[in-house]
Amino acid sequence: MSTYLIYAVGGALIFSIGTYALLAQRHIMHKVIGANIMGSGIFMVLIALGKRTPDGVTDPVPQAMVLTGIVVTVALTALGLSIAKRYYTLTGLDDLDQDPPACDGR
Amino acid sequence: MRDRIRVVPLVAAIALFAIISSTVLDLPRESAGLSEEMIGGAAAIHVNNVVTAVLLDFRGYDTLLEISVLMLATVAVLSLRDPRLGTRRRLTGTADLILRSLGEAVTPIMMVVAGYLVWVGSTKPGGAFQAGAVLGAGGILLALTGWVRPSWARHSVIRLVLSVGLLAFIAVSVTPILAGRTLLDYSDDMRHIVLLILESILTLSIGASMLSLFLASASGGEEDEEAS
Amino acid sequence: MRALFDVLLVGLLVWIAIGSVSQRKLFKSVVMFTAFGLFLSLAWVRLGSPDVALAEAAIGAGVTGALLLDAVGHMRSRVTPYPSPASAERRDADA
Repeated sequence: MSTYLIYAVGGALIFSIGTYALLAQRHIMHKVIGANIMGSGIFMVLIALGKRTPDGVTDPVPQAMVLTGIVVTVALTALGLSIAKRYYTLTGLDDLDQDPPACDGR
Repeated sequence: MRDRIRVVPLVAAIALFAIISSTVLDLPRESAGLSEEMIGGAAAIHVNNVVTAVLLDFRGYDTLLEISVLMLATVAVLSLRDPRLGTRRRLTGTADLILRSLGEAVTPIMMVVAGYLVWVGSTKPGGAFQAGAVLGAGGILLALTGWVRPSWARHSVIRLVLSVGLLAFIAVSVTPILAGRTLLDYSDDMRHIVLLILESILTLSIGASMLSLFLASASGGEEDEEAS
Repeated sequence: MRALFDVLLVGLLVWIAIGSVSQRKLFKSVVMFTAFGLFLSLAWVRLGSPDVALAEAAIGAGVTGALLLDAVGHMRSRVTPYPSPASAERRDADA
């Protein structure tokens, strides 16, 4: 089994773990971490597929794309977290399955 | 309660894993991709680090849009600040000796590392993104030691540095159009110096952006009592 | 031997990824995620992309970790939610 396959399949697994966390976990922080892990998994698949070159030198185009993606991911995380903090400040909730008090149907 | 397995997301995750991994296994075991063209192209413009050449030159459009995304995210985070927090706030009210000494010792090294990463970016691993990240992390460390106040996120110098990266990139990419060529088509004789200056500016801008993302959203800390 | 290292590294990454999204303690989650970033940069080196490894080590482990820890601290500090009497009145009027 060649190196790239180990990382490509592992990346797919990490991506699906992140997807599950993003969909199923209720806490905002777990969702944000899950989104980050999804991104990391996809980056891993991309770079692993770029390693299939005959001479073993990783394709620079996926590398540049992933480098771009990492910076965009940190922007996503910061924006998501500041929205989450604002939500917490306004409602006192950190669990997205609960309705905030203002719309609990009273 | 929180640890209950949910069926639908689990099925979705397993299906995604199956789809992605079977696609990956179906692909040919060997594929040159674009690496030959890129390595040849980078050699033609005398940039030894192919990734830097791809980022700033061959796929400069991606990087331009990425810097815009970073700017927009920073603006959005700045606009979500808690308005109740004062301007005299520091993240560490009490002077934590170990943190302060660490900050004093490590931050100059981080600045040198950032400069080094920009400088070697065209020949070895390194470049604007890595250097900007190191610079931003150094700034965050200074913020944690209390040297940099969260209100700096609104300071006009930081804002200027933040926006100058995008503006410089736009200027550099539009100039070839004025000279009758296409977007991002740098002329060969100016290429090196233009790319080095652009990378330096982008480093500062990305660093400022990382720092502002942290400062604008940072909570906690204590107000400074003394007037300064 | 190298394949064994790769399998171990990927297995470790998967394990840390599961751990960091399933911990009840948020602080543990964040620490595990930071560790995930560090091991991920090791994986980038194994995949022959040192540029990405440098960025991942500085951003994935450094800046993102700081942002996440700050958010955990914020949610733990029991900040007073906006009392906003206006919204309370509106809520009462709706009821």
